[in-house]
Amino acid sequence: MPSWPPSDSVTSNLAPPLGEVARAKRGTEGVSSPDDPALADDAADLKSAYLHIPFCARRCPYCDFAVVTPSERTSPVARYVTALESEIVMEDPWGPLDAVNLGGGTPSTLQQHQLAALLKALASHHTVATGAEISLEANPEDWTDEYAVQLVAAGFTRVSFGIQSFDPAVLASLGRQHTPEHAAVVVDVARRAGVASVSLDLMYGAPGESEDSWRQTVERALDLGPDHLSGYALTVEPGTELSRMVLAGGSAPDPDIQADRFYVLAAAAAEAGLIRYEVSNWAKPGHHCRYNLATWAGAEFVGFGLGAHDHRDIRRSRNHRRLDRYLESIERGERPRLGSEALDPWGREQERVMLGLRRVAGVVTGGAGTALLSSAEGGRLVAAGVLERDGDRIRVLDPMLTDAAARAVLSVSEGDC
Amino acid sequence: MSQSRIRNFSIIAHIDHGKSTLADRLLERTGAISAREMRDQVLDEMELERERGITIKANAVRLDYAAADGREYHLNLIDTPGHVDFSYEVSRSLAACEGALLVVDASQGVEAQTLANAYMAIENGLEIIPVVNKIDLPAAEPERAAAELAAVLGGSSDEAIMISAKTGEGIDELLEAIVSRLPPPEGDPAGPLRALVFDSFYDTYRGVVCYVRVVDGQLNEGESVLFMATDVHAEAADVGIRRPVPERTGRLETGGVGYLITGVKEIDLIRVGDTVTIAGFDAPEPLEGYREPRPMVYSGLFPTDGDDFERLRDALEKLRLNDSSLMYQAETSKALGFGFRCGFLGLLHMEIVRERLEREYDLDLITTAPSVAFQANTVSGQPVTVRSPQDLPGAGSLVSIEEPYVKVMIIAPSEYTGTVMELVQSRRGELQEMTYLSPERVELRYSVPLVEIVFDFFDQLKSRTRGYASLDYEPDDYRVSDLVRVDILLNGMAVDAFSAIVHKDKAYVYGKAMVERLRELIPRQLFDVPVQAALGSRIIARETIKAKRKDVIAKCYGGDVTRKRKLLERQKEGKKRMKMVGQVEVPQDAFVAALRLGD
Repeated sequence: MPSWPPSDSVTSNLAPPLGEVARAKRGTEGVSSPDDPALADDAADLKSAYLHIPFCARRCPYCDFAVVTPSERTSPVARYVTALESEIVMEDPWGPLDAVNLGGGTPSTLQQHQLAALLKALASHHTVATGAEISLEANPEDWTDEYAVQLVAAGFTRVSFGIQSFDPAVLASLGRQHTPEHAAVVVDVARRAGVASVSLDLMYGAPGESEDSWRQTVERALDLGPDHLSGYALTVEPGTELSRMVLAGGSAPDPDIQADRFYVLAAAAAEAGLIRYEVSNWAKPGHHCRYNLATWAGAEFVGFGLGAHDHRDIRRSRNHRRLDRYLESIERGERPRLGSEALDPWGREQERVMLGLRRVAGVVTGGAGTALLSSAEGGRLVAAGVLERDGDRIRVLDPMLTDAAARAVLSVSEGDC
Repeated sequence: MSQSRIRNFSIIAHIDHGKSTLADRLLERTGAISAREMRDQVLDEMELERERGITIKANAVRLDYAAADGREYHLNLIDTPGHVDFSYEVSRSLAACEGALLVVDASQGVEAQTLANAYMAIENGLEIIPVVNKIDLPAAEPERAAAELAAVLGGSSDEAIMISAKTGEGIDELLEAIVSRLPPPEGDPAGPLRALVFDSFYDTYRGVVCYVRVVDGQLNEGESVLFMATDVHAEAADVGIRRPVPERTGRLETGGVGYLITGVKEIDLIRVGDTVTIAGFDAPEPLEGYREPRPMVYSGLFPTDGDDFERLRDALEKLRLNDSSLMYQAETSKALGFGFRCGFLGLLHMEIVRERLEREYDLDLITTAPSVAFQANTVSGQPVTVRSPQDLPGAGSLVSIEEPYVKVMIIAPSEYTGTVMELVQSRRGELQEMTYLSPERVELRYSVPLVEIVFDFFDQLKSRTRGYASLDYEPDDYRVSDLVRVDILLNGMAVDAFSAIVHKDKAYVYGKAMVERLRELIPRQLFDVPVQAALGSRIIARETIKAKRKDVIAKCYGGDVTRKRKLLERQKEGKKRMKMVGQVEVPQDAFVAALRLGD
């Protein structure tokens, strides 16, 4: 059984190896391109864990995740971390884990010893594979040399910074607390501390953004030389402050402008040597996010924390989104489940193709893909140049129209293939 | 019961002005049983009817009333429908009465909607009792309401009866007024039977049940009766009254009101407005005012899913059992496949039918833009009825097109005269007559092409007169007009379901408005879709629905998968309600875009 954290620490892991099972299957070492079909498909065998850290200094107007801000913080962070440790051991041991992802909320609101304790709980109960990807999301304003060094010591190999923009007006409209100056230094700080893989998140189509400011944001982000880049279109989620503003007559993101922004980003990222491997994600070879690849390959994963989801034994479950209910459940010794669903085999097959089509590598055609291709809508998608058949795979050629194909997949029935 | 002790009346009231509460109160006050018993009994009976699947329709109820003069009276309360589409049905119900209670809310005063029916009642020679209801409300202004009623009816405000249907105040006085102020029927008891059919409905078990008002003679169970307009002979199998519980009396006297069941199963054979007489008698003259049920508006009904065609046919057959004014015949559209061309009394009727088909028969339907019945004169000399724009003969064989005109009566406050005239003139109306009913109220009579008024005219009239104008119309004649068919091309392909026959002077404006509207209503597709309006081969307007450029959710990670799938499922359901026309997905409501050009 591999031990964790790895004794050779993280410095030799600039190109994190594949998960053990996947590696055994591929039988080769070496650095894969992030859009490699074999890499995409093998991710189905990865084992990963998600930990949700809900705390944020304030809720961003577009965010609809399970978030706890100081005003509604009825319990100390410590109580939550303890609960999370308890929840981790409530799950039957499942490992070794190839990827661990801490999302939020803002995981970087936790102190390094709290983060270390969580990783330790995962490692001792579920075990973590040698060379596993241990990733967290961080806000630039929380990031210091000292914190970075401590996290690397605790075992983190990857950090993803919520930069969003280098335009102060856009940052303000998104409700972000950091400044462009904060953002400009975080990559260097991470590198100095020895973080193996650094990712930046950008967001386009926000109020106040111009084409120029977006071009500058993209340029400045790429100048920092990130290993990985995510670019998201601002989305109006129901129930958010943003959706209330839009309902009240505020300007909604314009999908055509967002498409323009995407193509600006895509061109610049390619120029900088980043390879797109999913609708919104780019990476240098060897720096793909394993946790995410696992998701798109339909791999099972365990999830812990407020509002967290998991996918085990073909069942997708979700936790309470209210902090008091979550904590009380755990403290009673119960899994804090809000609900779950298990798809029938055809539903899983549709979901496999729906998720797989988000990847540049596309997806093995299979039953749902065959039904899609033989459907009238599938024919139209192919004719319009949105969908392509390539050997035993299908893929979406225009990532901005992925959901047109996804809806078509969900429309086909088993008898259609 | 001698005719002198019968009073036949209806209640005319604006919605929410307390018509049903007043009816309940009258039932209770005249009933031999307590309010609660009555309510229970009525409800029990309705429960039973529901179990047996019978339509509940107590449209004529007899109240036995012991008046202050010590005599017993039969008061027949007759219900009326309330929309311009059904004005013929209203007129027949009113024709069965000698009087009407015109009820207004003491806090609201006279409302425009009540007026059309009130004037119709006056036209039918009914005696009107003005009634001010809800005088118990804190905001009540009974004197003001009474003064308004007096202004409308031309009497004195003292004539109004002040009541609260809720508390029962004034009800006794009202009952006395019904007896003393409304005239009794004046039929000929010795003459041959003549009874007016003023309502009918289909009962699964009993066949057609009709409500009749005996004008002359008597109606006895067991007799052979003749429905004069349809020439249907049948036996009067069951004759009685409702109170509201049905009570089989075996006989209806001169001036009386009740139900008649004959065992006839087809509602089409027993029509509102028809006269019932005794078969074999020297047939008397039928009662005046009968009108063939005549659809005014035609529209195509197509199942969104072509496989539902047979289900739609069954549903229409069943609906028609209960609605003789609904007409339909099979129609084929290149764009929409198999469906039916249906005839309706008006747009509200069309809406009701469509809603019932969708709700009661679980059908998903596309309605095409409504049209009227044109007549095409062809070189062969054989006129062709054109109920659908597709039926219009080609330019080669077409000589002329005639369109139906209607006589329109509008009553409005005189301050709106200019506004109303402007509206009707924009609809090609020709003023026939203008009469001041009072210094404040004007009656305008026009001859107008039907196609100009069946769609949004009533709404326009209401909004331009702040709700104070009333409208009625009746068929006039057909006249040759300069009409053309405007076709709409979607992605280069003519879509028959979008074609419309319009006046030549309006073709350009119509075409332009239609393509703009369709550009808004049809969602962006995977490719650019041109939308064009054409007169023959000449394109008169063009818009382009630009290809959609972004259709993707930015984020999809572990926790989002289920949510994303559900979101896509919902969007997919929305797409189901779309119809593929060629390669273009068209939402249902685009097919009635022509109705919403003014929005």
